[in-house]
Amino acid sequence: MDYKDIIASYASKPGGIIEAYHAVQKELSYLPEEAVAEAARVFNLPVSDAYGVATFYSMFSVTPRGKNVIRICESAPCHVAGAAQVIAALERELGIKMGESTADGQFALEFAECVGQCQATPVITINRKPYLDVSPATVPTILAEYK
Amino acid sequence: MVNLTIDGIKVSVPEGSTILQAAREVGVKIPTLCHHPDQAVKANCRVCVCEVEGNRLLAAACAQPVMEGMVVKTRTPKVIEARKTILELILANHPQDCLNCIRNGNCELQDLANEYFIRDNPFTLKVRGLQKDYSTPSIFRDPDKCVLCRRCVEACTVVQSVNALGLENRGVLSMVVPTMGGDLIDSACVMCGQCIHACPVGAIGEVEEIDKLLAAIADPDKVVVTQIAPAVRVAIGEEVGMKTGDMPMDVFVAGLRQVGFDYVLHTNFTADLTILEEGNELLQRLKEGGTLPMFTSCSPGWINFCETFYPDLLDNLSTCKSPQQMFGPLAKTYWADKMGIDPAKIYSVSIMPCTAKKFEAARPEMNASGYRDVDLVLTTREVGRLFRMSGIDFDKLAGSNFDSWMGAYTGAAVIFGASGGVMEAALRTVYEVVTGNTLEDVNFEVTRGITGIKEAEVDLDGTVVKVAIANGLSNARQLMDQVRAGESPYHFIEIMACPGGCIGGGGQPITKANAKRVERIDSIYVEDEKCAIRKSHENPEVKTLYDEFLLEPLGHKSHELLHTHYQAKNKKYL
Repeated sequence: MDYKDIIASYASKPGGIIEAYHAVQKELSYLPEEAVAEAARVFNLPVSDAYGVATFYSMFSVTPRGKNVIRICESAPCHVAGAAQVIAALERELGIKMGESTADGQFALEFAECVGQCQATPVITINRKPYLDVSPATVPTILAEYK
Repeated sequence: MVNLTIDGIKVSVPEGSTILQAAREVGVKIPTLCHHPDQAVKANCRVCVCEVEGNRLLAAACAQPVMEGMVVKTRTPKVIEARKTILELILANHPQDCLNCIRNGNCELQDLANEYFIRDNPFTLKVRGLQKDYSTPSIFRDPDKCVLCRRCVEACTVVQSVNALGLENRGVLSMVVPTMGGDLIDSACVMCGQCIHACPVGAIGEVEEIDKLLAAIADPDKVVVTQIAPAVRVAIGEEVGMKTGDMPMDVFVAGLRQVGFDYVLHTNFTADLTILEEGNELLQRLKEGGTLPMFTSCSPGWINFCETFYPDLLDNLSTCKSPQQMFGPLAKTYWADKMGIDPAKIYSVSIMPCTAKKFEAARPEMNASGYRDVDLVLTTREVGRLFRMSGIDFDKLAGSNFDSWMGAYTGAAVIFGASGGVMEAALRTVYEVVTGNTLEDVNFEVTRGITGIKEAEVDLDGTVVKVAIANGLSNARQLMDQVRAGESPYHFIEIMACPGGCIGGGGQPITKANAKRVERIDSIYVEDEKCAIRKSHENPEVKTLYDEFLLEPLGHKSHELLHTHYQAKNKKYL
């Protein structure tokens, strides 16, 4: 679906800009400038405000990134449980550093705040799905689901 | 009324007042940084914290409403220590660049660091290393210096409705950015410079060009000529330790000669000329069914605004160039001829209360004389620096008169500097031209003052002309939306981009409150009253200009030199 149609479908919702952004990201993985400008038009906001919303929330990205967004929690419980080793494994497996995307546009690596699954750390999420008790050994299997 | 005690002093203030307001009532000074007297409460810097008896946490005085029986302490060791820590934390992210900063000596953060004797900051200096933005000819941004008070954002959005500035990111990563995080030139910025007045520090300023002037003065082949805009005199004194309005015009002129200007002329001369051209244009539009309402075109921030947001209304704009840009081509044609000076040698400098004037002078079409019409624009603040650098003692300086042919002016030109002034000046002339009667009382009080939108009706021999005046672009927007909807009842609309008019322009001495703008407006009308001639069409040098050179208003020469056209800016994002 075109980003214009996606945004239009939220036009009548009060505060619908955030939901519209989520929906656009589901398709494109990020919010292109044109989509931010279109949201400003549809929700009758100055572009600077629509841009402010798009950059305020860490879940939104205004720069292109890989289709499958992998987020790694770096809060204390995950850190203690060995998040750093998970990060190293992900970076090695994908050949990119945190904050980067793979050249084929399939994966992006980002940090996340706590996702509320501290009973089974370290935790990562891919798109919106959480993976618990992740270890360097389980990383290749998890990634295989998306390849 | 609510009764409370501040530092042992009893005070009664209206319900809804803040601790800060109550404290000011009884002369207790509480420091502020993000607070602005004409803006909404921001409460993001926390410098104004105070102790409230019974509360565990300190309260922000700017935001905390007073309550009955409240006991406030503003200067306890606990409060002082908290304020010092807050300042140290702000300074730990602020470049230690005071000596090189445009706001050195006029910075709210520097003042606070001084008042709270910040010496050895225990926090490690961490400056973000963000890029400076010199993309416009008028305004620069130095985001590393930003303290995130958001006063510029409110000036740009609420006061001016331009929305060129906004916030990006959150928390430690947040910053004020032009639209989409791009350069200022690509945003809807109209270069009015109101963000500069709002900024407490040196994160936004005018692009300084004093060095270009000094190079021209040093060049023996250049004849350096200057013009002074109507709003400058009332404010320039503030830059050299005088009160608003106290700098006498002749002493100001003498000061400019001391600095090295070869000839000192006056934008007021072309302000009077503007009235003749624009007044006749209005009459022609009324008579011949031209596009109405007609908008004034003196304010380059307003022109940028109209070209950006209302490109469908460009035909409503008067085709008259601004007084600065009428002066430019005349200085290099008519005046050069009169003086026997080779126009190629003339270096034309204008002294303006305005940052957008720098952009206007640089517009490619402004070369009607065959040369760059205006070579350099200096703001009132830059001329203040020039004076201070030159060590001129204005108390001891003998006055000097303007040079001939483009230096004479009337009271009608003087009031161009204040909102409503162009309208009043036009009415003084149009009334006499249309009715053939002498206007006995030239004062149109209804057009005066800082009120955002003013309106008036004038009976011109049976024809009632309806006029409106707006200052500040959010007010202008209201009138424009009315015009766009086809519901505007007016014939003639004056717009000045800056609150209060040019006296509050982006290039004026840093203006921390609208109260200062009102003071300057009052000075403008005092000066008008003192003028022997107060109607533009009675300016003797303007008469000579028409007799010898232009021949008639809206004539062939006028169109060639004094009128222009406008273009839609087609900005990518608004």
